[in-house]
Amino acid sequence: MSAIPAGWEVVIGLETHAQLSTASKIFSGSPTQYGAAPNTQASVVDLALPGTLPVLNKGAVECAIKFGLAVNATIAPRSIFARKNYFYPDLPKGYQISQYELPVVVGGEVKITVGNEEKSIQLTRAHLEEDAGKSLHEGLETSGVSGIDLNRAGTPLLEIVTEPCMRSAEEAVAYAKALHGIVTWIGICDGNMQEGSFRCDANVSVRRAGEQKLGTRAEIKNVNSFRFLEKAIQYEVRRQIEVIEDGGKVVQETRLYDADRDETRSMRSKEDAMDYRYFPDPDLLPVEISEAWIGEIKSAMPELPEQRRQRFERDFALSAYDAAQLTATRETASYFEQVVEGAGAAHAKLAANWVLGEVSALLNEIGGSTSHVRPAQLVGILNRVIDQTISNKAAKEVFHGIAHGDAPGNGDDAADVIIEMRGLRQVSDSGAIEKIVDEVIAANQKSVEEYKAGKEKALNALFGQVMKASNKTANPAQVTEILKRKLST
Amino acid sequence: MSFAHTSLKALRAALDTKQVSATELAEYFLARAEKALALNAFLHIDRGLTLGQAREADARIARGEATALTGIPVAHKDIFVTRDWRSTAGSNMLADYVSPFDATVVEKLGAADGKGAGMVCLGKLNCDEFAMGSSNENSAFGPVKNPWNPAKIPGGSSGGSAAAIAAGLAPAATGTDTGGSLRQPAAMCGITAIKPTYGRVSRYGMIAFASSLDQGGPMAKSAEDCALLLDAMVGFDERDSTSLNSAEAQTPVLAGFLAAFGSEKRVDTGSPLKGVRIGVPKEFFGAGLAADVARAVEAALVEFEMLGAVRVDISLPRTTLSIPAYYVIAPAEASSNLSRFDGVRYGHRTKNYRDLAEMIANSRAEGFGEEVKRRILTGAYVLSHGYYDAYYLQAQRVRRLIGLDFQEAFKSCDFIMGPVSPTTAWSIGAKNNDPVAMYLEDIYTLGVSLAGLPGMSAPCGFGEDNMPIGLQIIGNYFDEGRMMAAAHQYQQVTDWHTRCPEAFK
Amino acid sequence: MKLTPDDLKRIAHLARIAVTETDVSRMQAQLSGIFGLIDALQAVDTKGVEPLSHPLDIVQDMAQRFREDRITEADRRQANMANAPAQENGLFLVPKVLE
Repeated sequence: MSAIPAGWEVVIGLETHAQLSTASKIFSGSPTQYGAAPNTQASVVDLALPGTLPVLNKGAVECAIKFGLAVNATIAPRSIFARKNYFYPDLPKGYQISQYELPVVVGGEVKITVGNEEKSIQLTRAHLEEDAGKSLHEGLETSGVSGIDLNRAGTPLLEIVTEPCMRSAEEAVAYAKALHGIVTWIGICDGNMQEGSFRCDANVSVRRAGEQKLGTRAEIKNVNSFRFLEKAIQYEVRRQIEVIEDGGKVVQETRLYDADRDETRSMRSKEDAMDYRYFPDPDLLPVEISEAWIGEIKSAMPELPEQRRQRFERDFALSAYDAAQLTATRETASYFEQVVEGAGAAHAKLAANWVLGEVSALLNEIGGSTSHVRPAQLVGILNRVIDQTISNKAAKEVFHGIAHGDAPGNGDDAADVIIEMRGLRQVSDSGAIEKIVDEVIAANQKSVEEYKAGKEKALNALFGQVMKASNKTANPAQVTEILKRKLST
Repeated sequence: MSFAHTSLKALRAALDTKQVSATELAEYFLARAEKALALNAFLHIDRGLTLGQAREADARIARGEATALTGIPVAHKDIFVTRDWRSTAGSNMLADYVSPFDATVVEKLGAADGKGAGMVCLGKLNCDEFAMGSSNENSAFGPVKNPWNPAKIPGGSSGGSAAAIAAGLAPAATGTDTGGSLRQPAAMCGITAIKPTYGRVSRYGMIAFASSLDQGGPMAKSAEDCALLLDAMVGFDERDSTSLNSAEAQTPVLAGFLAAFGSEKRVDTGSPLKGVRIGVPKEFFGAGLAADVARAVEAALVEFEMLGAVRVDISLPRTTLSIPAYYVIAPAEASSNLSRFDGVRYGHRTKNYRDLAEMIANSRAEGFGEEVKRRILTGAYVLSHGYYDAYYLQAQRVRRLIGLDFQEAFKSCDFIMGPVSPTTAWSIGAKNNDPVAMYLEDIYTLGVSLAGLPGMSAPCGFGEDNMPIGLQIIGNYFDEGRMMAAAHQYQQVTDWHTRCPEAFK
Repeated sequence: MKLTPDDLKRIAHLARIAVTETDVSRMQAQLSGIFGLIDALQAVDTKGVEPLSHPLDIVQDMAQRFREDRITEADRRQANMANAPAQENGLFLVPKVLE
């Protein structure tokens, strides 16, 4: 964690462009899929051929409404598309259709947790706009040229803007992650930062502690991971402080983050503040969103992460931390709920431990979001732990057995099948355990003497031997109790 | 047989009775166009393409599937994109451009796999560059000459369309109107044309000039012909977000035309326009109006009174303000609409550049003519930071006031009538060094465009220089049918619309 | 509204139209005339009047129509790029873009 030098305050606002996961583009019927051959997904409208006109995709507006609902924002009953005029080869019309004075979503907030503190990040607005195409500068046969691919031109974007209310790189990253969680949870964006579906730009300025006026900000672009976002902001803060301490002034400009060198660089200077000459797009009419439509979408929306988290805490007596972890993704939360449903609310904590532990670890290993152990199968395992048929350790073995497909039929009773197959039933017969304990004590006199001499750790060695001798099926609690009893004589 | 100045109805009859085939009609008009190249009305002619369409039309007629316009030739203003024939918008910027799709208007009037009207395209017509102009002198491919007097302008921007109709080179033509570009050339060439209510004709495939003002419309020899054509051109188009979808906007034009004033019958009932109130705005008859134009319009109004209509004095107080309002809004929208012409994906690319910035700036400097550049610069200026409120927003507020003025006027009248242009056609070259002087000539037509109202021009006489004069008829929203029906009644008792230039009889 | 040569050059740059010094002096006079014409708008009292973006707004509620979120366009790259001044492997070529 990079500390901010004493006497300084950092002010950060984030602008995020989330590509909406609609089937078609915002103003044309072209597909939006990533990775197609150049210009194979660029219609006459996308290419801005003479005589073409935009028509608005309902799905894009629905995504905006869902977002507004998810962050408790105001959804504008009437919003306007405006033209943002500038020239760039990947901008076919010479203007971007965006929203300026009347955006579709106003206000809203995203809750974050940094360390132990909860904070509410205020959103200024969110608006719909179209994405530009791409310029390729390498890999071309002709020299001295760039290649323009307009497949991406016209993909719907939701630009989400925060108030400049973050005070550290950590807060900014926490917000970016929380926002990422929200847009993927409600299904409006696939959140793939490598493919450019979720792009964060940071507006960073510094000021001396106590000062009211905002310092001059620089905009940092070209950050495609949370880690780089944090590093870029940290670098920029250091840079700006240095500039001011050296007697200079921070220039309002756009800077690109260079991950290889971990530094921000000024973009080749274009011109001073671009004049975008915004005006309402005369090819489009005002977008009207009725209360009824908002209501329809609201009732079809999944329970939001915030609400689910609170419900988990309340109904299952889970800690805030656990609840937050379990609601990090919709898949996790859903999985957990199914397990609790099967195992019973009384065992929610146990279920939580397993979902956040073994299940999560397995997913990280294999990748993807679908576990190889179904909720019902996990319930089977947990039930055997609860009724003491197997130990926790054996349970893990059962889990991995199911995951690797060792249970023929792979049914919901896979746990029981594997327990039988591998003889993992706990031995709780004290007579049998006593016999093994006696044998182990007899064969491990050194450890016995060490324990009696006061070395507590020696007990572990003996314990381990008993478990080994019992093929790990001895009831651990009983083993400990019997060992201690016999050793105290 | 001469078909040069035959009505569409008569052409239909001739086709239906096999007096002539679509192929023969196409050949006929192509031959006339070939002889009239000096007018410079046509930019692109391709016999093979035209005759191909004519053969298809003949086949459709033979199958008994002809509708009112099937097999009748039409020519399109080069603002409408066509898959066959180039589409240049009268500009060097698009000198070699071939569109991969047809404009909706072209589809509707053309074959469109049997679903269109089945007209046969004769080619593309000259116009002021990107529809910006009132004289067709702004075309990159040379001015169009007025068939009545080749030393004079035909009007603009649909000058090629108007000249083609007047000279009998085509029985029907399409044009576009942003500030008067259908009405004014119609008046200057002595033909009939109508700009519909904004949003009734799809703008998809119309190379954009000013999005909130542009409308396509027909040009022909009579109101009746225009009604037939407009009926085929209007209709909701899902590809144009400003295309009107409401019930009112779907009221059929032709049915409205036929139902009003008993227009199917000849006038012997005496007062077919009884009860019709004609608003005459005093601001249209001020100092700037030439005396001969005023006389011809006055005479037309008397004819309407004799048909039973009554005159009502009305006021359109912001008539003069329509000029600055239009010349802020139209250039503003144009400056943005023309930004796509950057030499990247189509259109003219300069050979003279060292880097990307120069490529774009030089391509645009070379591709655009003077008037287009003036309007782009004006538009960029009025939208720029610090001027947007005082100019663009202010102009849009004045625009609303003008629209409200018309609504107020329509409370006391059914149609508004007056001149189209303050003078008859001027000489080629006389005004093209003075853009402001040219802009001032648009005074009577701009307000109609700003308000989005339908407006038409019908010939009503000749000036002292023997050049045609047009009567402007302005209707309330969606009233195209009745407007043309009223004009039709007028054309039953007058013969201005049947006159043609001696050289092109 | 007086238009200086610098103003004109600035707007020409905004509009990406190359202008020579001759162009500037010629156009400055013409544009000044045009701006003189449109200046008449300044004198009009429009307090309380909403701008009119869509003419039919005077008589109808003009609201944007929606399109269903469906793919309706197929790959027509060849036809759509037929007018390209320069292309390579399906890309439009331009002089190298410097960031």
